[in-house]
Amino acid sequence: MIINGVTIDATFAEAFPMKATRAIITAHNEKWAMIAAQSMTGFATSVIACGCEAGIDRILDPSETPDGRPGVAVMIFAMGGKGLAKQLETRAGQCVLTSPTSALFAGIESTIKIPLGKNLRYFGDGFQIAKVIAGKRYWRIPVMDGEFLTEATTGQVDAIGGGNFLVLAQSQEQALTACEAAIEAMNKVPNVIMPFPGGVVRSGSKVGSKYAALNASTNDAFCPTLKGATKTELSPDIESVMEIVIDGLSKEAIDKAMRAGIQAVCDLGAAKGIKRISAGNYGGKLGPFHFHLQEIMA
Amino acid sequence: MSALTFTLKTQPKQRVDMSPLVSANLTGKTTDEIAAITLQCGKQKIPVGGLFTIAGDDAQSIVINNSYDKLDFIGKELDGGSITVNGDVGAYLGMGMKSGEIKVSGNVGLYAACEMKKGTLEISGNVGDFLGAALPGNKMGMKGGTILVKGNVGERAGDHMRRGTILIEGNVGDYCGSRMTAGTIAVMGNAGRNLGYAMRRGTLLLWNKSQLPASFNDCGTHTLGFLPLLFASFKNSNSKFADASVAFNRVQRYAGDMSEMGRGEVLVRL
Repeated sequence: MIINGVTIDATFAEAFPMKATRAIITAHNEKWAMIAAQSMTGFATSVIACGCEAGIDRILDPSETPDGRPGVAVMIFAMGGKGLAKQLETRAGQCVLTSPTSALFAGIESTIKIPLGKNLRYFGDGFQIAKVIAGKRYWRIPVMDGEFLTEATTGQVDAIGGGNFLVLAQSQEQALTACEAAIEAMNKVPNVIMPFPGGVVRSGSKVGSKYAALNASTNDAFCPTLKGATKTELSPDIESVMEIVIDGLSKEAIDKAMRAGIQAVCDLGAAKGIKRISAGNYGGKLGPFHFHLQEIMA
Repeated sequence: MSALTFTLKTQPKQRVDMSPLVSANLTGKTTDEIAAITLQCGKQKIPVGGLFTIAGDDAQSIVINNSYDKLDFIGKELDGGSITVNGDVGAYLGMGMKSGEIKVSGNVGLYAACEMKKGTLEISGNVGDFLGAALPGNKMGMKGGTILVKGNVGERAGDHMRRGTILIEGNVGDYCGSRMTAGTIAVMGNAGRNLGYAMRRGTLLLWNKSQLPASFNDCGTHTLGFLPLLFASFKNSNSKFADASVAFNRVQRYAGDMSEMGRGEVLVRL
């Protein structure tokens, strides 16, 4: 398949089941809601070493938030429910509770509930106040700028992590420009996050390493400087490869995001130095979710 | 199906225990069977058919017409369904109700919604003392649900209240929220003396400043984030509380009762 001169490889991205949650952060204005959201979703690029993958789902209009203030929806993904709950609580406590004027609410409904502010209430040292409003429990925790309002729990849902595609370009600058265009398009798709810095990862990994202590190492088949030194996947005209990883609440959401991103890259086309779109997988034996590039772009 | 309607034929001089006339007790019964149920009236037992004209067949929707102030225990431990009362009501309305809805067009006596657990109670007239309170000797009053009163309320509203919401459009008597453990009482009118007497936790939300006991301390003026959520939860209620123009989030906060735990609060609109 070729779109606007860009070859779409006959391959697929391989993804895994994860557990996810969404929370809504509101603040006095969008600037401070975003600061809290960025802080809460920081150092959360990969479960390999961060414990979770997190990102900003979208900016919320005041009419969409529980308390009528500007807000930001964030999503956190982890390999299991226990890890997710720990990450959520730690990040909410250290990054949102501490952020001026913030409030924190559940962002997703589910029969499985995990603590959001339920345990943060103990920060109130006995001065905290519970309020059940419209069937939901909230905690009012006295803090130095007033009160930190937080919903007691949020929902935990099944999700998918590890959707991805690779952008193969003639130069580093062209690969970066294409990825920026892709992320801009993908940010408009709800229920997905691209957890890496700016949504883009330049250090894609393969499973395993020559060093026994490591379980992942550089994806040498896609490293342009190793074209002559390893079993490469790159043609001589490719000088830079960047990857976009997608976590989503459903296969459909990831499909939609991948399509939007790949289309944005292809819109730049071969004329802008984009040669191929590929994807990372492990032969289809590890992850139950397969995202076939040509099916998505058909 | 039409609402199961009880229309009072005569007004006995003695008080009537209406507790058998709830959905759970009437579902599946024929009109004759319902007419044969006996109600305690003073020392006597009177069949329902002797007191009321019965019409309709939907026991989930009960209507009581020509009600007067000696009909006690209406909706006692109600668990689902609705009761609409046209007229006044005696004591213990909705006592211990578990779910469902009760609407009263007239005035209501003592201990309305005492020890209520869940559901909604809407009263268009005035209410007597001990609204949402605990029965004498008991330690836990209302534990959940919502009470809306469009008129005035007597003394000791919310005594020993533990959870839930009481909305009062009119005035409230002395000792409102006394010995409260938690929950919210909102008063649009004026409140009497000794507001929040011995309250441990909970919120008294006032539109007009009232004289507070000396054991309440001023915590200053604040903008509280939970108030917009609280007012938003009232928007579907059939009351002045649903009007967005009466909502506020700027308050003077008083903490008390310091002679007790002191974790309660009185919030007065600024």
